[in-house]
Amino acid sequence: MRGVLSDRMGAALLMAPLLLFLGLAYAWPFLGVVKWSFTLPTPGLGQYKALLTDDLVQSVFIRTLRIAAIVTVVSVAAAYAITVVWVRGSPAQRLIAEFCILVPFWISVLTRAFGWVALLSNRGLINTWLQSIGFISEPLTLVRNEFGVIVGMTHFLIPFAVFPLASAMRSLDDRVLLAARGLGSSRMRTFWTVFVPMTRSGIIGSAMIVFVFSLGFFVTPAILGGGRSVMIAELIYLRIFQSPDWGLGAAISVVLVLFVGALMALLFRYVRPKQLI
Amino acid sequence: MPTYRPGPVSLVIAALVALFLLMPLLAVIPVSLTPSRMLAMPTGELSLRHYRSLIEDPRWLESILLSIRIGIVSSAISTVLALCFSLGVWMFQPRFTAALVGFVLLPMVVPPVVSAITLYFLLTSISGVSSFFGYDTWLGVAMAHSVMTVPFATVLILVSLSQLDRRIDLAARGLGASVWERATRIIMPNIKFGIVTAALLSFVLSWEEIGVTLFITSVNAITLPRLMWMGLRDNIDPAIAALSVILIIITVLVLAVRSVVVRLNRGSRPV
Repeated sequence: MRGVLSDRMGAALLMAPLLLFLGLAYAWPFLGVVKWSFTLPTPGLGQYKALLTDDLVQSVFIRTLRIAAIVTVVSVAAAYAITVVWVRGSPAQRLIAEFCILVPFWISVLTRAFGWVALLSNRGLINTWLQSIGFISEPLTLVRNEFGVIVGMTHFLIPFAVFPLASAMRSLDDRVLLAARGLGSSRMRTFWTVFVPMTRSGIIGSAMIVFVFSLGFFVTPAILGGGRSVMIAELIYLRIFQSPDWGLGAAISVVLVLFVGALMALLFRYVRPKQLI
Repeated sequence: MPTYRPGPVSLVIAALVALFLLMPLLAVIPVSLTPSRMLAMPTGELSLRHYRSLIEDPRWLESILLSIRIGIVSSAISTVLALCFSLGVWMFQPRFTAALVGFVLLPMVVPPVVSAITLYFLLTSISGVSSFFGYDTWLGVAMAHSVMTVPFATVLILVSLSQLDRRIDLAARGLGASVWERATRIIMPNIKFGIVTAALLSFVLSWEEIGVTLFITSVNAITLPRLMWMGLRDNIDPAIAALSVILIIITVLVLAVRSVVVRLNRGSRPV
């Protein structure tokens, strides 16, 4: 009996500091934000009604969903292509693929967004080059619009999309592929009808991660969108700091959390968390 | 060994993706060497003036030192908290473990912008009480960064604990070791690699944190990413290109060293 008691005490003593820290520094202030959404500027459900009627908020929500969907499809497809080589290539190919995945992964989001500005802006690499070979006379507008945002976000999210895919491809049993080939299926057909369906859990997991990440994306759209292609996260920032409307900012945050929570719940019905690492 | 190697079609597509991934990192190199005061491709002559301005302009050095200080403090806080919590989970396997771990991982899964507004609420509330700890102070930023990095530290330490053989702990327990002795002399030496990785990752995440930092600083606690952000939003300062080149080189070097170390370790261990 004494042993059980001290075990409980030990566990409580070890686990309490972090739980207290996050309770006070995260859970409590989040409830404060929820409170803002109901009380600022006036108590009531006014902010949530505004979400449903305000044209600007609506257009930002729709734009965010559209960009997130496009980015998800492109990132998962691109990540799939490079993961195949990373998991199943020759040792040299694997090393190169790993380098190309991990180096961008570890470089900060600001540096990467800046790299795209350097490439895509009016006096950037691509426009300078196209003009010097006489292909265009006026610089193309590649940045400070939705195109720039999609390119930058895709670039940021490909490495994140790779990990669930790699885990699914590693756990695939090679003998299945051998059997398909032995039964006379072509390489292409084996890939599309055996390999891809068998990595489905990785595809779902990776698409969910990318989609959820894109919904709350802030830095890349703010830099590459140049204020013209505002997404939800930047809208929250603007509502807090530029047109102080804390209540609306808080209400959008609450809706975003609920939406992401619902998506995650859906994800875990199909994929076990372990398959995502 | 995989039986099927990727064919020529997949290799070509993968190469295009690889090019896409590296392109923006390579693009900053020529920009950093431009003699122009604005963002542009160098035409003709090259110049190191933007590298020089990194050293000569005290703002860059100040923000680098501030970022290092915040990184060390927040990494220490989050590693210690994550280590204690993980030891509690592993040694005592309390009920509701899954729910408690889920709670700890929240700052990692909640959209960063929501964490940002949450921490903004926290620090502005604290500011009303204390002026050196709260909104736009370095201690406030360090605490906010600890909140954001502690889930990652916890995951890493829990993963390395999950690979530990429980029988060594049982043996220590059977021989009469106290909880403290088991933790510090049996378990921690065996997961030291995981603990160090957790501390390093926490530092790196704090070093490059921008989403939350933007919400909780204005003029005093200007970390390096915050300073870069200011230079990126208005007139783009090519000094950022020079800084980016340096950061990219450091990243590549660290990754190269790490992969060599991993390879050597693998080689020395009997398989």
